[in-house]
Amino acid sequence: MTASRLRTRKLDLRSGRVDLSHGAGGRAMTQLIKDVFLEAFTNPLLDQGNDQAAFNVPGGRMVMSTDAYVISPLFFPGGDIGSLAVHGTINDVAMAGARPLHLAVSFILEEGFPLADLQKIANSMGNAARDAKITIVTGDTKVVERGKADGVFISTTGIGVVPPGLDLSGDRARPGDQVILSGSIGDHGVAVMSKRSNLGFETEIQSDSAALHELVFAMVDAVGPSLRLMRDPTRGGLAATLNEISQQSGVGFSINESTIPVRPEVAAACELLGLDPLNVANEGKLIAVVAPEAVEALLAAMRGHPLGRDAALIGAATQDDQHFVQMTTSFGGGRIVDWLSGEQLPRIC
Amino acid sequence: MRYIDEYRDGALARAIAVTIAREAVPDRRYQFMEFCGGHTHAISRYGIEDLLPANIQMVHGPGCPVCVLPVGRIDDAIRMAMRPEVTLCTYADLLRVPASGDTSLLKARAAGADIRMVYSTLDAIRLAEAEPDREVVFFAIGFETTTPPTAIAIRQARKKRLTNFSVFCNHVLTPPAIRAILDSPEVPGLGRVRVDGFVGPAHVSTVIGTLPYDSVAAEFEKPVVIAGFEPLDVVQAILMLVRQMNEGRHDVENQYIRAVTAQGNLIAQREIAEIFEVRASFEWRGLGELPASALRFRESYADLDAERRFVIETIPAADNPACECATILRGLKKPAQCKLFGTLCSPETPMGPCMVSPEGACAAHWTYGRFRDKAKIDAEKAIA
Repeated sequence: MTASRLRTRKLDLRSGRVDLSHGAGGRAMTQLIKDVFLEAFTNPLLDQGNDQAAFNVPGGRMVMSTDAYVISPLFFPGGDIGSLAVHGTINDVAMAGARPLHLAVSFILEEGFPLADLQKIANSMGNAARDAKITIVTGDTKVVERGKADGVFISTTGIGVVPPGLDLSGDRARPGDQVILSGSIGDHGVAVMSKRSNLGFETEIQSDSAALHELVFAMVDAVGPSLRLMRDPTRGGLAATLNEISQQSGVGFSINESTIPVRPEVAAACELLGLDPLNVANEGKLIAVVAPEAVEALLAAMRGHPLGRDAALIGAATQDDQHFVQMTTSFGGGRIVDWLSGEQLPRIC
Repeated sequence: MRYIDEYRDGALARAIAVTIAREAVPDRRYQFMEFCGGHTHAISRYGIEDLLPANIQMVHGPGCPVCVLPVGRIDDAIRMAMRPEVTLCTYADLLRVPASGDTSLLKARAAGADIRMVYSTLDAIRLAEAEPDREVVFFAIGFETTTPPTAIAIRQARKKRLTNFSVFCNHVLTPPAIRAILDSPEVPGLGRVRVDGFVGPAHVSTVIGTLPYDSVAAEFEKPVVIAGFEPLDVVQAILMLVRQMNEGRHDVENQYIRAVTAQGNLIAQREIAEIFEVRASFEWRGLGELPASALRFRESYADLDAERRFVIETIPAADNPACECATILRGLKKPAQCKLFGTLCSPETPMGPCMVSPEGACAAHWTYGRFRDKAKIDAEKAIA
């Protein structure tokens, strides 16, 4: 994100639109970066104006993760594509037990996109980063012709450092380990779907989009080495996440439907749309697989943090050659919890 | 959720299960068919099988509209959609259904056909109004439940004098299918289908009422209990069927009294009759040609009939010969007994009708119940 201190007219942030010159590498691009992005993200590393950021890192193992955000609609109850792009990548880094340090961001903008919306998104990213006490230290901007993108696409890459002695990985679940969920499921997916023009239902549900790393610190402080792994159940929901872990670790899972928190509004919306909350995306929840002896301490630590207030023990890993995720339904019978087959609801993150 | 949670009450279910276990005669077998995919889904989704004693078995019936739609009709829809002037409107669950020659509506869309998902028939009407230069065709499928909304859309199109709207009608009728199952000839090597009673359709019956089942129950001497789609509805219906069998009765009983009456919805029936008449014969995937089992346009609405507007003559297409759906739909085999189940055929790549829709017997078993297969095989091995 290069920006020299040029004297040009201010961007028309009220009614202006992105045009191809904003991606052409000239003065217009520099101005866009300065007035929109530097303004929103300002920090000493970024403000140096180099094509890269150079910084020292504390000792330990480094974690790196990247994610692209193409959500539609761009603004939804409880967040927008900007805050989501910060939270989502922080969470991917944090699930390794790492302390997130910095983010890099790249934008793909569609010709004609309103500058007012872009500024709103950039400010939302800046606020999300500040709230999470991390910095956006480098970035890139491209503009594509009208029709070649859908408003704005954002990619973020995050790095962090794992404290010594902690080794979390999806292949570490063992039969007997316990599964803890940090709170209610399905909020994000339903909040986004409620704003799809052709679905037309109204709800008060907010996305749960949030940065989870401070909850993770509390968990690591409480039970550290007893944690086997953590993961945030985003696309595909809790069902996909448990199936991924069962494959990676070579175990099965047995969970209990009546222990899984689902808000009544979310349950009702899912009923209406024919969805199972287990398949619906979350952006501010995590599951932890933990050694059985650490369950009580972990639950207590999680419930002491606002984002883990509704944490619940939902089941356990089992010995199962076929790696099934099985669930005792609240009705009393058993069933499999499978990956969603067929159409994933499009572009929820 | 009020008015929903009450019908999913686990404690009440266990109490009814205890009564069923007490009243089912131990040395007697009870084999009931739930006709509708909605029931199949509830049974699998809530694990109702686990609440029943071993001598009560549920057989999954053909009541899944996506499943029984023959391949030839999807081929027809694709041919229509490939015409440059046509916009084909369809419900989303039809998109992935495999058609002839490794194609589907989804693949046709990727190849450039204008195929759009709608949530109701009225969305299709709105589309025709908004885009007067397009020939909007609504791909209508389903049992008596979805027929009234199609009829209303056709009436609206007539009233609005929409000349760019038509309907490809594939609506089918429930009672002839139940009759066909009970009437089906013996399958060599497998015997005759054994059905001791029916869990009767929920939503279909809200439209047609309970009366159309009377002749089936009387003629074939099988009890029918109309039941709702919630799990407690199904469990209660099973108890009612057990009691009928124990008492030697074969009546039509109505468990779903909160929605179904004897006469049904007369306004909906009038709407259907105004626009549609019974076809001489229609092919059902898995069941074959069934006489008087589907609807077509009456002459007075012929101008809104896509089949006539686009001169469609369905070419029959065969299913994979290894596919056991025909025997599964008749209750002669279980999904896991098909060689293709879980190997070549899964919800991601369905080969046969029962795997196509989430309400199909194979898809429901794959998605929710297949963990039981290994346990059963192990148990059988242990006994042997």
